[in-house]
Amino acid sequence: MPKLTIDGIEIEVEPGTSVLQACERLGIEIPRFCFHDRLSVPANCRMCLVELERSPKPIASCANPATDGMVIHTDSELTKKARKGVMEFLLINHPLDCPICDQGGECDLQDQAVAYGLDHSRYQENKRAVKEKYLGPLIKTFMTRCIHCTRCIRFANEIAGVEELGATGRGEHMEIGTYIESAITSELSGNLIDVCPVGALTSKPYAFAARPWELKRTDSIDVMDAVGSSIRIDSRGGEVMRVLPRLHEDVNEEWISDKTRFACDGLKRQRLDRPYVRKDGRLQPATWPEAFAAVADRLSGLKGEEIAAIAGDLADAEGLMALKDLMASLGSPNLDCRQDGAKIGEGPRSGYIFNTGIAGIESADAILLVGTNPRWEAPMVNARIRKRWLLGGQIGALKVGVVGPDVDLTYRKEHLGAGPRTLESIAQGKNAFADVLKAAEHPMVIVGMGALTRSDGAAVLAMARSISETYGAVKEGWNGFNVLHTAAGRVGALDLGFMPGEGGRDLPGILDGAQSGAVKLVWLYGADEFDVSQLGPDADNGAFVVYQGHHGDRAAHRADVILPGAAYTEKNATYVNTEGRVQRARMAVFPPGDAREDWRIIRAFSETIGRKLPYDSLTQVRNRLAEVNPVFGTLDRLPEEGLGDFGEAGKVGSAGFVSPVDNFYMTDPISRASITMAKCMDEIVGRASAAAE
Amino acid sequence: MAFIDRTARSLLLTELLSGMALTFKAMFKPKVTLNYPYEKGPLSPRFRGEHALRRYPNGEERCIACKLCEAICPAQAITIEAEPREDGSRRTTRYDIDMTKCIYCGFCQEACPVDAIVEGPNFEFATETREELYYNKQKLLENGDRWEAQLAANIAADAPYR
Repeated sequence: MPKLTIDGIEIEVEPGTSVLQACERLGIEIPRFCFHDRLSVPANCRMCLVELERSPKPIASCANPATDGMVIHTDSELTKKARKGVMEFLLINHPLDCPICDQGGECDLQDQAVAYGLDHSRYQENKRAVKEKYLGPLIKTFMTRCIHCTRCIRFANEIAGVEELGATGRGEHMEIGTYIESAITSELSGNLIDVCPVGALTSKPYAFAARPWELKRTDSIDVMDAVGSSIRIDSRGGEVMRVLPRLHEDVNEEWISDKTRFACDGLKRQRLDRPYVRKDGRLQPATWPEAFAAVADRLSGLKGEEIAAIAGDLADAEGLMALKDLMASLGSPNLDCRQDGAKIGEGPRSGYIFNTGIAGIESADAILLVGTNPRWEAPMVNARIRKRWLLGGQIGALKVGVVGPDVDLTYRKEHLGAGPRTLESIAQGKNAFADVLKAAEHPMVIVGMGALTRSDGAAVLAMARSISETYGAVKEGWNGFNVLHTAAGRVGALDLGFMPGEGGRDLPGILDGAQSGAVKLVWLYGADEFDVSQLGPDADNGAFVVYQGHHGDRAAHRADVILPGAAYTEKNATYVNTEGRVQRARMAVFPPGDAREDWRIIRAFSETIGRKLPYDSLTQVRNRLAEVNPVFGTLDRLPEEGLGDFGEAGKVGSAGFVSPVDNFYMTDPISRASITMAKCMDEIVGRASAAAE
Repeated sequence: MAFIDRTARSLLLTELLSGMALTFKAMFKPKVTLNYPYEKGPLSPRFRGEHALRRYPNGEERCIACKLCEAICPAQAITIEAEPREDGSRRTTRYDIDMTKCIYCGFCQEACPVDAIVEGPNFEFATETREELYYNKQKLLENGDRWEAQLAANIAADAPYR
């Protein structure tokens, strides 16, 4: 272990640690632009120069490994002079346009120029000017501001896995760009904005909208996919201005997907901000008591079996709990949260969660993807697999086998086949990948919703379980069986048992019942992702539909009563991510108009029909959650469970698996209402499909 | 001795006479009273009066929506909203000053990097209602257009000391 002295303090660090990291460990700040913890080290900005005794000149601390006997000075005259010099060079070509720059106020160059730079410039000549580049509908460029740190190039190549950015020219003539003008086709491209230390890459939808000092920051959880990335919601007044990632090493590291980041403009459009009641075939604005009365009217005289509830993908645990308790008090067993008809939820918890954990991917050495396209279903999981794959040389290669759609996942993988027949051959050991799994120390099986929503889903699930068990994916200290969800509310709903009770109907049953007249009232809690037309054309020739949700999306058009709820940025809510990690979203802004938090709506309604639910405060609802499932008593903890018995052995079909996400940019009511997402779809998905044809 | 001296001065009315002499002298000096509003006193180029938003000589508004004035305003009298204009440049869509909140400290013009918001020489903008003192962007730009000659002269006069 090398021992070195920094500013007179002796420190011992692991071999391979850079001088910069050693300084950081002592709490000494070293200015830097090109160095980033999660990217490779190019050492081209020279801002991190420090003085090394007996060295003729200062060294770049980010690129020099700490070695035994080094004596480093970070606040000597030489170091200060070196920093001032580098800063002056960087500012030679950097325009003085901070007042119109969106990075102003949160700019590394601005901060470090104040802290380490000179107070004036000696440069009198003309500054360099570079033409703007087009990088798609999400990223706005101002290339004159670029200081050539190459963080964006390294992010695109290393983390995002799209080799679309590069540098042309040398020295002062160096330019960052795509060479052929085109949008960046990565689902992680928004992170380029965070990575850029200056204002060269900024957010296009957020352009000139607000200044960092005006924004209120709220730490929350994302619901655009089932990963539950940690996010920071920046709001001003009653408006969500932008969403940024928050560090969570075990889930999203410091990245988020483009949908998470940019779909927030959908929160301002198509909103349900007041109750509606259908009168004479048209939805008319109403008050809360009128809306409640309309539902209560219809409910009176209905038997429990004639009532049903379907929970949507963005449903929070508190609302689900209240709705489940309401249905129980009405005597209805007809509940379902699996809008896509996935054959999961029966049996133990380990049968429907991502047991290995997202951080666990880093210790896997063979991964079998079944019926999933993680790049679109859960970009953060895909980024993790890519990270593990890139580590190949250091800790042994990662082998990835894919059964399902053959798509570009940004890392090398072996496409084994399209459907369950291939899976069967792996289970029987006839496929070569079976040997790979057998030989692997920590094999993983990731089953996507594409494999489980089919009619043979239960059989596929059982097969995936048997593969995990027979090939050593489940053993002491390692559980390699994983289900990758696409809906943020799904695991929470399954944990609460929001599923058909004794003799209850599941989703197809409810839809059949609605058509045959056996189910007379259906309560949709934000459920938009199924064929709403199957509920019958109207309340007289089908079910009476109560829609509780925040967007006027598919189901709201069919609804007979609309109860306006709150979106994820507008309520204190609990979500469980695909790993089974219980996380809390926090309220950043108030719901618009008359809209209310969802559990409060149901609680208020229960009182009007004389079946008052026994909770009045959020704490009481959360206590009730923990009562129903102790998991809700924990927070941000990864469950450790062995594999139980689940799935149903049976015959499987021959059709290939299809990913449930056919359009990454629009998967839920919020992203469907977003203009930015619509632009992305035109630009990126539209172009890709045009190229394929 | 002092007693006799003091008594003699009082009896001879010297205090009264010296006072009358001062009054008499003042009668022959020019008057300092101004016949406001027909006459006005001199104003410093640094006088901080009514606000104005200036334009460039080609008619382009100077303000670039950097929001520094909004940030520095100690009375929080300024409200700005911005978005990209059609040509892609950064402009305000709303620039409001609540003149009833403003304390005329001049920090806004100090903060402005483009000399757009200035406090001009006008101090005669009393109104009959409070509402008239909620200035919007149009009003401020009109002020700028009306006072531009003097505003430019004031900035030029103060420039050597900056």
